[in-house]
Amino acid sequence: MTTRPLLVRLAGSPGRPLPFTLDGVACTGVDGDTVLTAVLAQGDRLRHTEFSASPRAGFCLMGACQDCWMSLADGRRLRGCSTPLEAGMQLLTGRPA
Amino acid sequence: MSTVAIVGAGPAGLRAAATLADAGLRPVLIDEAPRIGGQVFRQPPVPRQRPPSALYGFEAGKAQALFDRFAALQGRIDHRPDTLVWQIEDRTLHLLQHGRADTLRVDALILATGAAERVLPFPGWTLPGIFTLGAAQIALKAQATLIGPRVVLAGGGPLLYLVAWQYLKAGAQLLAVLDAAPPDAPRRALPGLLARPAMAAKGALYLAQLRLAGVPLQRGVQLLRAEGDGRVQRLHWRQGATDHVTDCDAVAFGHGLRSETQLADLAGCTFDWDELDQAWLPRRDAAGRSSVAGVYLAGDGAGIAGADAAELAGERAALSLLQDLGQAVDTGRAAMLERALRPHRRFRAAVEVLSPPPADWAAQTGDELVVCRCEEVTAGELRACVRDAGTHELNRLKALTRIGMGRCQGRMCGAAAARLLADAAGCALSEVGRLRSQPPVKPVPVAVLGAALAQSAPVPPGERDD
Repeated sequence: MTTRPLLVRLAGSPGRPLPFTLDGVACTGVDGDTVLTAVLAQGDRLRHTEFSASPRAGFCLMGACQDCWMSLADGRRLRGCSTPLEAGMQLLTGRPA
Repeated sequence: MSTVAIVGAGPAGLRAAATLADAGLRPVLIDEAPRIGGQVFRQPPVPRQRPPSALYGFEAGKAQALFDRFAALQGRIDHRPDTLVWQIEDRTLHLLQHGRADTLRVDALILATGAAERVLPFPGWTLPGIFTLGAAQIALKAQATLIGPRVVLAGGGPLLYLVAWQYLKAGAQLLAVLDAAPPDAPRRALPGLLARPAMAAKGALYLAQLRLAGVPLQRGVQLLRAEGDGRVQRLHWRQGATDHVTDCDAVAFGHGLRSETQLADLAGCTFDWDELDQAWLPRRDAAGRSSVAGVYLAGDGAGIAGADAAELAGERAALSLLQDLGQAVDTGRAAMLERALRPHRRFRAAVEVLSPPPADWAAQTGDELVVCRCEEVTAGELRACVRDAGTHELNRLKALTRIGMGRCQGRMCGAAAARLLADAAGCALSEVGRLRSQPPVKPVPVAVLGAALAQSAPVPPGERDD
């Protein structure tokens, strides 16, 4: 990804790397990441809204606002802030064509 | 044995669970999070575990005591993590656990559902990079990440300075702390804050260290708008008669806390307007009993008072429950808990002085503001509805504009929508009513809903929404 991330990892926070893809691009997260953390440590958006296709990147991080729902390539949907990242996830932001 | 459930594994729910287990019950402790602690003592995922001193600062001892007490309960409580209660029908809880539907019939229920932030938005608040103060803290505490790199923190209340201090300690590029409270708020709040001297001293220390580090602390700030191409890049704000612009990568803001009351509503509890919290709260007596027999309320979910008060209230509610089940309880202990809760009320009033909703927020909000993140409803649409349809009631406004109808069910937009309605209709905030809670309180798979509906009785015509 060429975008600057919205989340900066603290120095000295090691962990086992977990591979995933974001809109088809290979990325690496860390064991213990939520999906939201893994994506926003790479880029600056999680999804685009249904009405105006504006980018969103979550808001409350505690499962209240529901603004971080993402899609997997297989059609399943997940809430980014409360779903642990798993190796091999194929995450989509629904970026408008 | 009676089936007793507690919803919420924060300080209130954990203390209630311990009290019930010590009395020989085996309570079911239901919580959405994978690990206990609630928001205040939220624990990172296991692979990210750090020592409590790194996570909870001055509160590490309290957090550890709570975790230790919980560890000692193993086998004596039925802890169900990762579990959402999405509907309460009479005494049946509808659960969603790891995508699986379940129900639990209970004889008694303690709701310890906690709080989220009170959010009064400003134009541009939906841009990526703008979060709640709580979110900024969760990113740090639970995920060892910082929002940013260049970050502005704004709004008000103790959380503003706590997060600022935590970000400072973590090495963040903290550009500014923009407090909405007027410059004389600390002086006016001081007498009440001294009801809890240790807590007040911690606040003073955070402020002193922020000043020492040279972090700009501004008071009396109004947030005007955020701008950026696909993410926040600039924050415009006003102090007195002067407008300012701060270039930044992230903003976190919030205006105090708001009780999560949806399950109390679904359980049938009576609500009263609370002038201090500026919100409708489920009615509870000093012993934690709600208006519904067998339903008890504890912690911030029934009125904002903080983690220490939540623990006391959790134990008090559990004693009431035991008493109502016919068990002998230590009435001296119960009276002591009620006495210990009193200073928290005075402290709470002072905290409200420090985290007032922005003055004239509704009147100063432009029509272009997107009030509802879910359905992208603007302030202008809400005002048009008041003007054209004569709407003066919040549920009517919801039916006509979809405000509060989206995935968040009004958790994020409710406080703002009620204020805009009251302002447009020219009435008091307490007169526009409150959003009725609807199941599911959070999104659940359609198959789960379908299965539950197949079992339920039809809704009587008198209780249907119009």
